[in-house]
Amino acid sequence: MIQLLTPEGQRMHRREDQQYADIAAELSDEDLRGMYRDLVLIRRIDAEANALQRQGELGIWVSLLGQEAAQVGCGRALRPQDYAFPTYREHGVAWCRGVDPLNLLGLFRGVNHGGWDPNEKNFHLYTIVIGAQALHATGYAMGVNLDGAVATGDPERDTAVIAFFGDGATSQGDVNESFVFAAVHNAPVVFFCQNNQWAISEPNDRQTRIPLYQRARGFGFPGLRVDGNDVLASYAVSKAMLDRARDGQGPSFIEAFTYRMAAHTTSDDPSKYRVSAEVETWKLRDPILRFKAYLAHEGKADAAYFATIDAEADEMATYVRSGCLSMPDPPGTLMFDHVYAEPHAQLAAQRAEFVAYQAGFEGAH
Amino acid sequence: MATTTIAKALNAGLRRAMEADPKVILCGEDIGKLGGVFRVTEGLQKDFGEERVMDSPLAESGIVGTAIGMALRGYRPVVEIQFDGFVYPAFDHIVSQVAKMRSRALGHVQLPMVIRIPVGGGIGAVEHHSESNEAYFAHTAGLRVVAISNPADAYWLIQEAIAADDPVVFYEPKRRYWDKGELDETHRGVPPMSQASVVRTGSDVTVACYGPMVKTCLQAAQAAAEEGTSLEVIDLRSLSPLDLDTVAASVERTGRLVTVHEASGFLGIGAEVAAQVQQRCFYSLEAPVIRVTGYDVPYPPSRIEEDFLPDLDRVLDAVDRSLAY
Repeated sequence: MIQLLTPEGQRMHRREDQQYADIAAELSDEDLRGMYRDLVLIRRIDAEANALQRQGELGIWVSLLGQEAAQVGCGRALRPQDYAFPTYREHGVAWCRGVDPLNLLGLFRGVNHGGWDPNEKNFHLYTIVIGAQALHATGYAMGVNLDGAVATGDPERDTAVIAFFGDGATSQGDVNESFVFAAVHNAPVVFFCQNNQWAISEPNDRQTRIPLYQRARGFGFPGLRVDGNDVLASYAVSKAMLDRARDGQGPSFIEAFTYRMAAHTTSDDPSKYRVSAEVETWKLRDPILRFKAYLAHEGKADAAYFATIDAEADEMATYVRSGCLSMPDPPGTLMFDHVYAEPHAQLAAQRAEFVAYQAGFEGAH
Repeated sequence: MATTTIAKALNAGLRRAMEADPKVILCGEDIGKLGGVFRVTEGLQKDFGEERVMDSPLAESGIVGTAIGMALRGYRPVVEIQFDGFVYPAFDHIVSQVAKMRSRALGHVQLPMVIRIPVGGGIGAVEHHSESNEAYFAHTAGLRVVAISNPADAYWLIQEAIAADDPVVFYEPKRRYWDKGELDETHRGVPPMSQASVVRTGSDVTVACYGPMVKTCLQAAQAAAEEGTSLEVIDLRSLSPLDLDTVAASVERTGRLVTVHEASGFLGIGAEVAAQVQQRCFYSLEAPVIRVTGYDVPYPPSRIEEDFLPDLDRVLDAVDRSLAY
């Protein structure tokens, strides 16, 4: 497993990880502080959304607690022209792409099914069907190839695509088919698997007999396992594989080894299937504490900086809360409005019936 | 005006669409050198290259799933599903992604893709090669569903489907691929894709059909005419949306409607047409709407498929039953 930081926040210097250490070494102090800020803010956004669900303001929430470093490390390695295809838990990647956190809430509040413009930040809509987005990412990457937007040497043009999924999704046919298509087409796609150890209640051994990253070899491309709670390692490995894709060397697979600290969703009860000792063990590997210790120890940030970020996190929480509470319910006609691009006689007739029916209630009381 | 087959007209239509728009790409199994198992894409890879006419890995979910990604990148993929019964591995992507993505994105993205499916029986094939599964897709909001029956529609509607910004499931009547008909490539003489077409005018009974059954119904109309009964035959062409205006206008004149399709009757296209027509034409109907369909069974072995498939006699039998009211 590729690691650059110990769980205590000490810099590691293993020879086999040197190429990734070199990539991380290119990060400026400002970059490092920015990473820390991302980690703290997205955890705070997540916590606030969780609270909003508990208070009935969201129908459900899918927490990323514990997976911040995997997502922020990877998210920060993406370039503007790259395209990301998330699951429904990639709040940290969304944040790194510049997607307004309020956009993520609509789906969970039930005012839309996503609704943001994916092309604005090259961040696709959340996909709920497990693993389906891996094929969309692969097809998109095949399109990038057709456009000739790889291996031109122009860093503003060469494009990588990234597909996010979890350990459970590796059992899906779609994920395996996407490996086949990506390999055959040498598509510039990185498969980023956050192995958070649990697919709702099913542990890894219900999905696989071998470490997941080893599967890649059978499909004909490299697979790497990185410590997903080490933001520097996640960044460096992601950057290396994204660069590889942009350079025309095709697909790769990253298994970010991490842990889902919270329930699968707010509807889940992990006490029924996992022991608290396991959670306690992973708490000691917390991605934010580790990175904070590193920054402090290396003198990259001081107490005043950490306090600033905490204050900013509180402001962000207020923004998320007030934005959520003021999110209006859409009109009922919304359900008809974006089904087709071109006129559809039956739907138009049904919409008119709906409007007339609703109008019949006006003033009825 | 020239005489050609449905398969050749489709080939010419695909060629013209690819010439008109470099974003049009074809993907599917065996569509390259082989030209597809029905030769619909014959010669296209040679002329447009392996990048635009892609032989896909043998995985239907992968074919449709990656086509979605290519459409998101700005391409117009035209996917060939080799046989009707092989579309089901891709069902999830068609129903959960292709159909819903535009709505999910509140119109910020669209998926201009065509899923071509050779459909129906009557070719003496083994299991899974003779199915009529159009009702699944017509039932799914977000898709357009088209069923062609002749070379002119094949040529013009495949181009219209490719140019459309909505996803289109495009059914090709496989046992009619080699049937001949007139095609004028210089002048579009066919209605828009979303409209039904009255392919034979008549006054006694309206017969609504589509795809491979259009020929059967026209033959039935010819036979009926010889016995003094005048059938009006409507080729529905579009199954989503359904052009009920054309059907209702006809039924208001004839007072009688028979619907015909190969697919099983239960919850099929005929059932929807019947329900809508009785609502719209209640006071014009002289008889109940009668459906002629495949039976509600798995498609049978080929030695008895003729018992399953609606034919001229079953259509005429239904016409007689309608006229008996």
